[in-house]
Amino acid sequence: MKLITAIIKPFKLDEVREALSAIGATGVTVTEVKGFGRQKGHTELYRGAEYVVDFLPKIKIEVAIKSEMLEQAIEAIEKAANTGKIGDGKVFVFDLEQVIRIRTGETGADAL
Amino acid sequence: MKRLLTFLALFGALSFAVTPATAQIKPADKPAATAPAAAAAAPGATATPAPAPTPNKGDVAWMLTSTALVLMMSIPGLALFYGGMVRAKNMLSVLMQVFVTFSLIVVLWCVYGYSLAFTEGNAYFGGLDRLFLGGTFDAVKGDFAMAATFSKATPIPELVFVAFQATFAAITCCLILGAFAERVKFSAVLIFMVLWFTFSYTSIAHMVWFWMGPDAYTTAKVVDEMNGKAGLLWQWGALDFAGGTVVHINAGIAGLVGAYLVGKRVGFGKEAMTPHNLPMTMIGAALLWMGWFGFNAGSALEANNSAALAFMNTFLATACAVLAWTFGEWLFKGKPSMLGAASGAVAGLVAITPAAGNVGIPGAFVIGTAAGLVCLWAVNQLKRWLGADDSLDVFGVHAVGGILGALLTGVFNAPALGGPGFYNNWFEMKPGFGSILDQVWIQAQAIGVTIVVSGVVALIAFKIADLIVGLRVTEEEEREGLDVNSHGETAYHT
Repeated sequence: MKLITAIIKPFKLDEVREALSAIGATGVTVTEVKGFGRQKGHTELYRGAEYVVDFLPKIKIEVAIKSEMLEQAIEAIEKAANTGKIGDGKVFVFDLEQVIRIRTGETGADAL
Repeated sequence: MKRLLTFLALFGALSFAVTPATAQIKPADKPAATAPAAAAAAPGATATPAPAPTPNKGDVAWMLTSTALVLMMSIPGLALFYGGMVRAKNMLSVLMQVFVTFSLIVVLWCVYGYSLAFTEGNAYFGGLDRLFLGGTFDAVKGDFAMAATFSKATPIPELVFVAFQATFAAITCCLILGAFAERVKFSAVLIFMVLWFTFSYTSIAHMVWFWMGPDAYTTAKVVDEMNGKAGLLWQWGALDFAGGTVVHINAGIAGLVGAYLVGKRVGFGKEAMTPHNLPMTMIGAALLWMGWFGFNAGSALEANNSAALAFMNTFLATACAVLAWTFGEWLFKGKPSMLGAASGAVAGLVAITPAAGNVGIPGAFVIGTAAGLVCLWAVNQLKRWLGADDSLDVFGVHAVGGILGALLTGVFNAPALGGPGFYNNWFEMKPGFGSILDQVWIQAQAIGVTIVVSGVVALIAFKIADLIVGLRVTEEEEREGLDVNSHGETAYHT
């Protein structure tokens, strides 16, 4: 099993969720995050005071899938979140050791 | 222990007034001695009183409305305007400071402030005839004392005038709060306000606005005598329709002194101190604009032509200032901002305040536009030169805008520039105007007096507050925020 963590632009969340559902991902966890990368921040000016905003708002999605779905899932996220402009985000892939469904106690791929 | 001292200091100021005042609580038996109620306060004084003029219901209704409008300017208007500009952790501290300062000053106004400002005394302070508002209402006879307006035989109930002016005193003190927001100690604010209100506000209000009223000028012979009884700056001929000197320069200077003495916020210039809710600042600015119609047009004291002129000027100058600030910012800083538009509105309102009923429409165009540009410069360049952390630009907007407005009032009062001129003889009631240069010089002197009095009183008042309780919270409390540390609550829960 694999765990995919993707950082995407906030307004792309709905498209990414739809793309993941379409390939059969059964669940996604979403967090509002801030960070910096190659996309530079911006400057805000309040009367005389100028502030550089380095951390930009992004969305972090986490999705656990069966290993054989990995390529499909990555492609789905890549396609849905792409705008072609700097700041589109990244996809991180991890090996996933174990999954347990709390309600039933099922483990492994059955719990996904 | 420190907390106890704070209470002692506060109530000391109150109780010193209570002792002599007990004699005044019974209905005043010499109301006629007290101006500006002199005109119609005679009932019962002699056996055959001349029929007293009754107040015009339109005037009374307008003044009651205006009074409520000025309250709305302060809470919620000013409180939201300021509150939106601070960081979320200090939101409630700003709202609380405005709310409580306003209430404190209204109480002090009714105890002794009104009497010190608006009864006959010397050229610098009024007397003590109206302590606890004694003499404004005779419960036995059911008589209400009358206050003069700017027309002969056109009084309004003195209590209406007291209430209207109470809101001015209170909002002036609230304006100062923005200069040292986000680090000042709440108890220090209250001690400072009692002292500064008592020795600066009431004095400047008396010097600028106290006079014997038009009905006192019964013959040509008494003109000099009655003029001599007015406040110092009134005698000099300074024009201040609704409080350029009394309210804005007064508050702006006290704010600057406070910003220096309280010191910069922790992390000032290094950490981001971005406004936490500009929509609230916009709502606050809009409430200020609306309420300011009561402030400026209400200062005519009647529902008449003068009020109409003040109303329109307040409208136009503010709109001009919004455009001037917005386009100025767009041009020089890159983007037109909401905070800029809201600041421009307040700058325009401040600058048109002394001018409201004292200039014509051309004056409103120029004063408003100039205020937007000059105050934009003041909160950028001038602020850097001064080096003080005036958190919400009380000096840059109120003192600078007030000074600009007061000077330009001397220019655009001239009938040649569309202004109404002013009465220099209240017996004949003929509009006159000397020369622009003379009038601007008089305005400048009035500004100078205000700066010195407010500055010196503020300096002493802050030093006293510092000695009693200290001016600011600890660094740790400041970092965590004043809401939770000074007031034990938080504005927003996530």
